[in-house]
Amino acid sequence: MSVIIDKDTKIIIQGFTGKMGTFHAEEMIKYGSNIVGGVTPGKGGQKHLNKPVFNTVKDAVKHTGATASILFVPPAFAADSAMEAADAGIKTCVAIVDGIPSHDMIRIKRYMRRYSKTEKMTLVGPNCAGIISPGKSMLGIMPGHIYKEGKVGIISRSGTLGYEAAQQMKNLDIGISTSVGIGGDPINGSSFRDIIEKFEVDNETDAVLMIGEIGGPQEVAAGEFAKENMKKPVIGYIAGLTAPKGRVMGHAGAIVSAYGESAIEKVEILKDCGVTISKNPSVMGDTVKSVLEKM
Amino acid sequence: MDIHEYQAKEILSSFGVTIPRGGIVYSPENAENKAREIGGSRWVAKAQIHSGARGKAGGIIVCNSPLEVAQATDKLLGKKLVTNQTGPEGKIVNRIYIEEATDIEKELYLGLVFDRSSESIMVVASTEGGMSVEEIAKEKPETIIRSKIEVAVGIQSFQARELAFGLGIDPDLIARASDTIIGCAKAFSELDATMVEVNPLVISKQKQILALDCKMSFDNNAMFRRNKVSELRDKSQEDEKEVYASDRGLNYVSLEGNIGNIINGAGLAMASMDMIKLAGGEPANFLDVGGGATPEKIVKAFRLITMDKKVKVILVNIFAGINRCDWVAEGIVQALEKIEVKVPLVIRLAGTNVEKGNKILKDSKINYIEASTLEEAANKAVAALK
Repeated sequence: MSVIIDKDTKIIIQGFTGKMGTFHAEEMIKYGSNIVGGVTPGKGGQKHLNKPVFNTVKDAVKHTGATASILFVPPAFAADSAMEAADAGIKTCVAIVDGIPSHDMIRIKRYMRRYSKTEKMTLVGPNCAGIISPGKSMLGIMPGHIYKEGKVGIISRSGTLGYEAAQQMKNLDIGISTSVGIGGDPINGSSFRDIIEKFEVDNETDAVLMIGEIGGPQEVAAGEFAKENMKKPVIGYIAGLTAPKGRVMGHAGAIVSAYGESAIEKVEILKDCGVTISKNPSVMGDTVKSVLEKM
Repeated sequence: MDIHEYQAKEILSSFGVTIPRGGIVYSPENAENKAREIGGSRWVAKAQIHSGARGKAGGIIVCNSPLEVAQATDKLLGKKLVTNQTGPEGKIVNRIYIEEATDIEKELYLGLVFDRSSESIMVVASTEGGMSVEEIAKEKPETIIRSKIEVAVGIQSFQARELAFGLGIDPDLIARASDTIIGCAKAFSELDATMVEVNPLVISKQKQILALDCKMSFDNNAMFRRNKVSELRDKSQEDEKEVYASDRGLNYVSLEGNIGNIINGAGLAMASMDMIKLAGGEPANFLDVGGGATPEKIVKAFRLITMDKKVKVILVNIFAGINRCDWVAEGIVQALEKIEVKVPLVIRLAGTNVEKGNKILKDSKINYIEASTLEEAANKAVAALK
């Protein structure tokens, strides 16, 4: 199976009956994702988009066998929903929502420490586009048709910049095994390192494109991991060369506050780690292509 | 969100941190009375702006009589202070904080921030107060001590004690110093702060531990549950265009260049700015209209960019996903029917239904330059400057 999700992965939608939940559930169903139902507290027992609605995630898991969920709940309630998913035995939870307080994110991550490594849920996001394994399943809000099926893994903090890369690759006839949007927040569920580790052992992935940006230590941590532990080539791009220091650039996490967090510094460190750098965002696809040709 | 020094002091004081006596004033008369009310024989008039390094910019004046306090207030009110943190345009002084002068024996540094590596709250302290933490890290890194707060249980007394002893504080004052550190940590956790900085934290000649200058920042995403904190926002301290943008749900940062840009998504916006720079231009702003790029947001974005007089070219770069290019193109056409754009306009659409989108633009009356890739868009925007 592909990394994280597959065509059979049973998915529930948290915040199923809301406007966002409904719209994206329809899109995911159209793509072929195996949506088995959803959760909206108080609407249990109803049907929505022809799928069952449950009051709690535990009920949904019990009746559908779901192992993945996607959150379309407002930021104020998102931490609670993510913890509910973790406690109900969901294995992969994608939080699309933008605007979860950082203190709440830390709380979720501390809460999840109660589970052993094998039982622990993989949380992806928040403030992200989600996950897609082209041709198999989409657990996200991306335009599925721009992703060609293939063997390159993508990890991106930004949604639209990830789309840009997928489109460039499709134009060059390069396919994608799985694309994971890890989100633009300072504290996120899965880091570049967490996902790159999964790609290294995924037999459907040959190379990884990592699309980072200014702020935080995660790109460098993934680069260091790659240097020590990876056989597959890693290609990187870091956005924010022109971003001024100390300012938040749209994403709450895109702020340079320490050494090694600016685009130039990250690029230098990643180069030292053996990562092939895409010198500008217009040539992400070309850079991947040149690396694949050398393999 | 940032707040003023006096607001941070009031908050920390309510968490058990000792601050010098003081009060906020809005006029010289007010200031003179406040000085008498505070008592003593020396005062400090401190301009309240959202910036550090105010002393060097002339924003902090020591006074020896209530009359001098009034004069200092008169001098500072309405002035624009330029510090190394405000940018060349400076920040307006609308409020003055009058404080009793402190006899300083020792200046310390105390700061709390989110540590993104360990995903916890980090307390940073140093014996070298009075200079910025960056300067301390550069010049006296050996004086920095750190302690990680486990957020599930909050700061523990022993951690505060260790920090206090680490700062070389007298045994008699350890309890007070610990209370100060614990107070700052509680304020951080309980109010959704992203930064608390007391610099300097001083030991006075009278053996008091006092927060002499304070800075606090808060998580914008948590303001929905922090009504009292969000009321402390002072829009006069923010860039006018940035306030306009944030009130309309746009992510905007004003920059120095002359190529205005309208992009969907923060990452793509940063990448587009980078392309402009590589093509030899300078971006006038960062603007993310959101992944969706709805027609309403596009109208608002054009209004905002056309407010900026330094913009000589506008670059629109939208990657349409589920919001198709044809829909985005209609949004752009509608926006340009409402707003007059007098500078060259470069538009690059990509993604779902791009051909339909480009056709709508071509068939419309709008005057623009089409681009198909990121690189082409940036090159054409820079070329259009000439």
